Amino acid sequence: MSKCSESVVMLMHEYLDGTIDRAGEERLREHLETCEACRLHFKQLERVETLLQNVQPVNAPSDFTQSVMQRLPESPKPVSRPTVVPFRQKLRRHPLLVAVAIFFVLMSATLFSTYEGGSNELAYTNEPGLVVEGDTVIVPKDVVIEGDLVVENGHLIVEGEVQGDVTVVKGTKYMASTAVITGNDEEIDQWFGWLWYKLKTSIATLGNSEENVADQ
Amino acid sequence: MDEQLNQTINEVLRGNDEAFADIVTQFQNGVYHVCYRMLRNAEESEDVAQETFIRAYTKLDTFDQKRKFSTWIYRIATNLCIDYLRKKKPDYSLDATVPGTEGLDMYSQLASSDDGPDDELVTLETNDTVLDAIDQLSETYRSVIILRYLKELPLKEISEILDIPLGTVKTRVHRGREQLRKQLNDLNKGELL
Repeated sequence: MSKCSESVVMLMHEYLDGTIDRAGEERLREHLETCEACRLHFKQLERVETLLQNVQPVNAPSDFTQSVMQRLPESPKPVSRPTVVPFRQKLRRHPLLVAVAIFFVLMSATLFSTYEGGSNELAYTNEPGLVVEGDTVIVPKDVVIEGDLVVENGHLIVEGEVQGDVTVVKGTKYMASTAVITGNDEEIDQWFGWLWYKLKTSIATLGNSEENVADQ
Repeated sequence: MDEQLNQTINEVLRGNDEAFADIVTQFQNGVYHVCYRMLRNAEESEDVAQETFIRAYTKLDTFDQKRKFSTWIYRIATNLCIDYLRKKKPDYSLDATVPGTEGLDMYSQLASSDDGPDDELVTLETNDTVLDAIDQLSETYRSVIILRYLKELPLKEISEILDIPLGTVKTRVHRGREQLRKQLNDLNKGELL
């Protein structure tokens, strides 16, 4: 049989599926009028279609339902069953909750990575009067720091006075007997402490920016 | 979605097992028919069809009542049939072509060995012919053709049952149809047509 373009055969199938559009139907009809091979192909397909549609259904044996009922598992389901929603279904029912959970997981992942990786270089609030030796920041005697002091990835020795809060991240803090800290002081070495600190500072930033907007 | 059916399902979920019999009665013929066409053996079909309902019973709480139950149960049935066929995997495949006989396979050999009694009605014969042809299709095309024609399901639902894209369903229907056409054509040497 001569092989006409596959697009014509495609049209035949679309016709049988009932998905053909008017233009396609027109094209198919025109082609079939001129091409005998395709006409035969189409007739055969239509024949197959009729045969398939005439296939008689097979019925289940008459005692089928009883057999199934006898084979049902012995232990009946607990009465409370419908209230216990399987976890996967719960997930499917609350897409928003899942989205929020995923958001937090990803967020915390970035936070941890800043904690674990981040920069391991010493960083500190640059206040006049501070002395730095290696990875140690020193507040010398007789020096008064008027703002907050933050030291990351290093040690802090306080001999003078800090009038704000003191925070040491991944490091230790030594206080001389002469040290005076007016604000809070804390050392952050654990991941949850770090997380709490990050959250606190970001919320504080948020609050500040809102205030700024309000001021304008 | 079927309100009455969902009520029955909820009754079963509340512990009334007897209500499950209604569900079985409602779907037994459809499920059995699909299994029978897939497996081509009455005993095995009954077994797998029963297993389908037992599976449905034990997993009834996972059925989403916003969806069609028939789609769900046919999906269980076709999956079990396909699993069954894969596990069974005979030593030799009937679909395999016999060496030295181009285009012929074991089926045509089997068919030629018994020439069928003459007293059979012609209509039944044609029915059988197309059924034999369906049996010769590969599992992939057979499942689609069975659901499409023997259950008269819309293409969209078939795509949900078999968990394949709509486009794939269409392609398989087309190829299945072409294979059937060729087989019937070879078998009848054009006489039927």
